[in-house]
Amino acid sequence: MSRAPDPVFDDLFREVILDHYRRPRNRGALAGGNRHAEGLNPTCGDEIILDLRLDDGVIGDIAFGGQGCSISQASASMLTERVKGRSVAEANDVQRQVRAMLLEAKEPPAELGDLEALQGVSKFPVRVKCALLCWNVLHEGLNPATVNTKQDTQETL
Amino acid sequence: MKQQAHSPLDTSAIRRDFPILSREVNGHPLVYLDNAATTQKPRQVIDALVHYYEHSNSNIHRGIHTLAVEATEQYEAVRAKVARHIGAADERQIVFTRNTTEAINLVARAWGDANLREGDEVVLTEMEHHSNIVPWQLLARRNGVRLRFATITDDGYLEMASVRELVGPRTRLVSVVHASNVLGTINPVTEVAEVAHAAGALLLVDAAQSAPHMPIDVANLGADFLAFSAHKMLGPTGVGVLWARDGLLESMDPFLGGGDMISVVKEEGSTWADVPYKFEAGTPNIADVIAFAAALDYLAEIGMDRVREHEKTITAYAMDALHRIDGLTIHGPADVDDRGGAVSFALDGIHPHDVSTILDGYGVAIRAGHHCAQLLMRRLGVPATNRASFYIYNEEREVDALIDALKQTIKVFAE
Repeated sequence: MSRAPDPVFDDLFREVILDHYRRPRNRGALAGGNRHAEGLNPTCGDEIILDLRLDDGVIGDIAFGGQGCSISQASASMLTERVKGRSVAEANDVQRQVRAMLLEAKEPPAELGDLEALQGVSKFPVRVKCALLCWNVLHEGLNPATVNTKQDTQETL
Repeated sequence: MKQQAHSPLDTSAIRRDFPILSREVNGHPLVYLDNAATTQKPRQVIDALVHYYEHSNSNIHRGIHTLAVEATEQYEAVRAKVARHIGAADERQIVFTRNTTEAINLVARAWGDANLREGDEVVLTEMEHHSNIVPWQLLARRNGVRLRFATITDDGYLEMASVRELVGPRTRLVSVVHASNVLGTINPVTEVAEVAHAAGALLLVDAAQSAPHMPIDVANLGADFLAFSAHKMLGPTGVGVLWARDGLLESMDPFLGGGDMISVVKEEGSTWADVPYKFEAGTPNIADVIAFAAALDYLAEIGMDRVREHEKTITAYAMDALHRIDGLTIHGPADVDDRGGAVSFALDGIHPHDVSTILDGYGVAIRAGHHCAQLLMRRLGVPATNRASFYIYNEEREVDALIDALKQTIKVFAE
């Protein structure tokens, strides 16, 4: 009905993202995990569960579960690929870089690799929380002390 | 442009009254199909709001000067208009609240706290909006009442057998949605009323999705309480309505305390104003209540039975077109006689938020999410749905735009 050009969604639904959404990596249960964290975006129902096995400060293995939109699930799939085999410190660095890319529209450093595909999400403010969810969950999983403080705060509210 | 084959409404003329409908979104004409969330406002309502502030703005019920008298008269005239709109015998049965949610909370507080005890039961359904669940959960936490949930069928109908099974001697209140904001289902409220009343229980009807779309006659509905919102029926945000059967409000405690709801205030205690003022503490939303009158006039001019006919026509057209899309599933009743104009659907393998983002690129506004009905989402076994919902100004060509945009969505996600 409209003569306006078709909108272009290449920025948001990059082929890399759609590929991770259709064929998620490291999805499912993890045997022998020693860290577990979950996150939910209550407004949209996106859910991410991360199970990790930490061996001497290194993420020996990681798996994710949950449900949600393509952005939330692809972001989690890429997360697991990126941080598996990395130290906690390296994973925290990646997490901060992704956050800066999504929230401050910072150019992604080369070491982010495939995660660079999430850059376009920053142009869709209502979808940023979808991409961020798994990174928040990772942060909680890697830094359980902050999680406990947060939960205590929530309970007293 | 396609002709409206069967709609009794002149949608072209109606659309000229809605300034927002001529705007563009992302380079495309706005196709607004999120009417179950809120409807757009006609010029008449916007003008009424401006006119009030430019000519009669004043506080009500307390001033002696001309503006106060004018504002009070205009505000109270809307109460009478609302009563007529829903067939209420007496305007004193009408309480203005902020929205449907506040109206239900009012009943849970002012009626529930005074009348319900531990062991009493409130019967709800699996298809309730959170606004008709959470107030009762809060009540249950205060006084130990038990909540029961009547089940629904796979095709989205309320199971009357479940209602009959759950409603018993312990039931004090049945609270059901009249038309589901997700499934569209119109529930047999009168039948539910018979079951509730036979057990000595009262019936609250959440009419947020029915009062805007069909004739409501509380004299014959069987409800004891009825709640709805102005903003879903062309009116401004911030105005809700609670109707209560004759004598019920008188037997209830106040909801909020403060100015305007008292008769005499002394240090040792106060006495309450008469109903409905007892339930309208503080300065109410005067301007928006007054502008709501213009919305009621607009709907009365069209006629609620014609509103309903138009929505049945466009809903049937939309459901037929949606059915033709491969991999698309519609939730809720297939028969438009049993449903309103809120149509929820799923696209295989594509999350509703992704659908909604792409549709927005084509100027098509739908709702994606759990629609404040997480119990129902769990029952349907989905995390979220897409929902298109129609109103008096929607045309079949807009359904066509929705269908085209959905086909583009499928293309984006195709391998």
